[in-house]
Amino acid sequence: MSLFFAYVSVLFALMSALTALTASKQKEVANLSRSALQHWPALQFKAENLFCESGYAVRHRNFLFILLGFSGLFAVLAGTTTLLSGSITTDILPLGLPWLNWHIRIDPLSGFFLCVLGLPLMAVSLYGSGYVREYEHGKHSMAALGLFTGLFVAGMEMVLLADDAFIFMIAWELMSVASYFLVVFQHHHSANRHAGFLYLLMAEIGAIAIILAFGVVAGFGNGLTFTAMRSAELSATWASIAFILGLIGFGMKAGLMPLHAWLPEAHPVAPPHISALMSGVMLKIAVYGFIRFSFDLLNQFLWQWGVLVLILGCTTAVLGILYALQQTNLKRLLAYSSVENIGIIFTALGLSLIFFSSGMSELGTLGLIAALLHCLNHALFKSLLFMVAGIIWHKIHDHNLENLGGLIHRMPKTAVFFLVGVLSISALPPFNGFVSEWLIFQTALQAGSLDSGVLRSLIPSASAVLALTSALAATCFVKFYGVAFLGLPRTHHAAHANEIDHQGMVTGPAFLSACCLLFGIFPTPLINAMGNLTQQLTGFQLTNISSLGWLWLTPVSQNTAAYAPLYVLAGSMAVGGLCYHFLYRRTGLNPRKAEPWDCGFGGLNAHMQYTSGAFSMPIRRIFQPVFDIKESLEVQHEGPASTRVKSIRYQFQAPDPVWSKLYDPITLAVNRLARFAGIIQTGNIRTYLGYSFFTLIFLLWVIS
Amino acid sequence: MSWLLAFLETLLFIAAAPLLAGWIKRVKCRLQNRKSPSVFQPYRNLLKLYDKQPILPHPASWIFPAAPYIVFASTVLSAAIVPLVAVNLPTAHIADMIVLVGFFALSRTFLVLAGMDIGTAFGGMGASREMTISSLAEPSMLMAVFTLAMTAHTTNLSEAINYVHDTGLVLRPSYVFALGGLMMVTVAETGRVPVDNPATHLELTMIHEAMILEYSGRWLALIEWASQIKLMLYGVLIANIFFPWGIAQDFSPASLGLGIVMIAIKLAILAVILALSEVVLAKMRIFRVQEYLSFAYLLSVLGMLSHIILEAARVYR
Repeated sequence: MSLFFAYVSVLFALMSALTALTASKQKEVANLSRSALQHWPALQFKAENLFCESGYAVRHRNFLFILLGFSGLFAVLAGTTTLLSGSITTDILPLGLPWLNWHIRIDPLSGFFLCVLGLPLMAVSLYGSGYVREYEHGKHSMAALGLFTGLFVAGMEMVLLADDAFIFMIAWELMSVASYFLVVFQHHHSANRHAGFLYLLMAEIGAIAIILAFGVVAGFGNGLTFTAMRSAELSATWASIAFILGLIGFGMKAGLMPLHAWLPEAHPVAPPHISALMSGVMLKIAVYGFIRFSFDLLNQFLWQWGVLVLILGCTTAVLGILYALQQTNLKRLLAYSSVENIGIIFTALGLSLIFFSSGMSELGTLGLIAALLHCLNHALFKSLLFMVAGIIWHKIHDHNLENLGGLIHRMPKTAVFFLVGVLSISALPPFNGFVSEWLIFQTALQAGSLDSGVLRSLIPSASAVLALTSALAATCFVKFYGVAFLGLPRTHHAAHANEIDHQGMVTGPAFLSACCLLFGIFPTPLINAMGNLTQQLTGFQLTNISSLGWLWLTPVSQNTAAYAPLYVLAGSMAVGGLCYHFLYRRTGLNPRKAEPWDCGFGGLNAHMQYTSGAFSMPIRRIFQPVFDIKESLEVQHEGPASTRVKSIRYQFQAPDPVWSKLYDPITLAVNRLARFAGIIQTGNIRTYLGYSFFTLIFLLWVIS
Repeated sequence: MSWLLAFLETLLFIAAAPLLAGWIKRVKCRLQNRKSPSVFQPYRNLLKLYDKQPILPHPASWIFPAAPYIVFASTVLSAAIVPLVAVNLPTAHIADMIVLVGFFALSRTFLVLAGMDIGTAFGGMGASREMTISSLAEPSMLMAVFTLAMTAHTTNLSEAINYVHDTGLVLRPSYVFALGGLMMVTVAETGRVPVDNPATHLELTMIHEAMILEYSGRWLALIEWASQIKLMLYGVLIANIFFPWGIAQDFSPASLGLGIVMIAIKLAILAVILALSEVVLAKMRIFRVQEYLSFAYLLSVLGMLSHIILEAARVYR
């Protein structure tokens, strides 16, 4: 049943892709329907109405996104049925190579990620049809956008269903290449083409690493099917090689530092509903690949892997958020924050690997659950935030934080959704981001039961880094919200923005905000539903998770730690309500409106507010060594003896140091190598004939 | 019965917080050879503010009037979690130390948002500084908390206090370091000298006061009260975790009474220490605060490492 739902979901995505091709083919479609339905006049009449010229574009667009929405819905259905039943369904499709048909399998792990994919996809389908109106009269083809969106979604779904390396890679490439076309959708900006090229390059290098990783395991397991790979007996060295290759490949897609360079370039330039899918979902597909590969296929755990992943995760998390803090472009900021969250997920996975390798499988399971939960949570709130960034672009056509301000007055609904996203991503109770980070802390705190002293001291240090990360994340998003939505509008456009009027563009973010709150208040049923998943993947379940009832979260035991989000929420609402009653209702004193305090000088204006750059200046200064800050200050004086300051111009840039430290040297080396290899290329046909001749002689010598 | 007790304890907590603030003020005045206001002055201030008509600045959105209620509610809820007089209360189980840190972060977030809501330079300045300082303070606070949690094998406050209480008076190096770290964090997070000065309204030095500059009337009352509760929360955490003796472990009137007396004495002593340090130290430049907080972090890390190296090794060998 669940596999059927999953197929339906993929079919809907493909249908959406195919339907997109008819975007500007209204006449052909109308003619086709006329000839096809000529024996059924009643239907023909309806079809005439449906495909008539006026409003064709709107209906077509809505239809595309409805198909995508159904794809998401069926993905969630498939996911939940598998998760709840815990069954594994396999299938072999008569496609692919003659000796290797496509093996399909749906199990609770892929089911969980189908849910991670489906929920944001549903919201995107509500939101997208409103947003793409923007492109309707532009020079870009709607057909291309729809086609590649459908293929992208179908690719991601197929990755989750793959049960052999061959179809896995095909689906993986479908996902990568389709998303490349989405990144370069607005290809008239050279920055977009550049970002797209970088993305494609890194995606392909990552894919090669994944193929090699599969190759190593398949070599020992006699076959490319995952079943064969599971039975492979690898020595520790070969397993480590495969693991490292997998970590590079999947880490590149997920955005682990220092392989994240494509992410802050590619995510901001794609259309926002695509960025939401890329950041919210595609990165999670990479995490899925990593979990599938290292927890399921490799089937052994070494503590060194765990330490590696833990350190990489922590570095990624803290550097990601530090760079995010310095961004002024909304979507770049969100992209760096995705890097941070991937770091948090990998930190949890690293903890899990360490505990599994030490034989403490229950704690390992806890770490795994924390990582999975954070995947789901991040998918929800990051999609939400990207959608809101899209709304801001839609209304103001500006992505620079320094040009926004005061949007809460003119976009009240959007402001509320965004606030929910901000509170969730800042890991504040009672929202969902807090639950997963709390679980990661709880996992880390069990480090005392490890034997090795090094690990025992490493893990708490890692959790301190995580604490720093979450505090910085709060700073980053408070800045984001405060500068964009609060205060006074900094530009004319921001002052004249108005609230979104498209129903879907409101319901999409609203749906995700509701999910954020819901999963934050009722995490225990969700984690209980993951019991089958961990049982199958690791052979363990968290038995104590609901030992105090389903409203309580008790990961280890009820005396170790407990958290009851509903009580917390009810308690604070009660206190807040009582205060409101006694202080406002009983006194009846209405607030008086007045100008804010301006030190008696008068004339406060929007430029006197703190800017985004000013807000993060102390952090920039404190963490100076990790940045590559370029600052310049120009002061123009005037008056007698140049005493009066006429104008001050301050500029700062915070480029990602990974470029100057790692990528630029690599580029240089590749260029040098190319030039060196270029020596043998004379451009003279005789020389090339000579090369062929000598090669032939060499080969003949080798053969004989 | 136990829920009622927990409720009463929370009420006692929030009722006593202004008294602690008054007491600190009194000790500080005495140390500076000044005449002090009555210890009940904070109550009078709150009452006065309660009766005043609040002023809503023009650029404010709904965040500004809502923030005081959210700040107060989350602070009161934190007060409900932290055992004041007795352990084993049911409220201690709804949240643990990490959630407590989360609550502090929640109330801070709304205060900062309210500061930025007005669109003045003061609000933004206070907001930026507050977030910077707290993001540096939070890791050291969590490290100190983790040291404790790893020793006691729990993050539940009540259980941790029970553990320390039952092991008796043992000198643990890790606790000494963690105590030092936590005390330094307390000073930073509650906005006291040398990190911030609660008494000043000098523009360039304000942190906490800059954010709440526009508040008046009942909103200001709520925020002031919440920050008094927050100060007391940190005090109670230090007092009850590191020196839990005297806390009521059953609910008999005698032990509860003893608990009240003991916590009052402990808080009074801590207040004297705080006042003394405020009199002796001068306020730091804002970019020196990072060094101060790094030192706090170092202490907490030392605490953690000494736990792992000196204490835990013995247990697991």
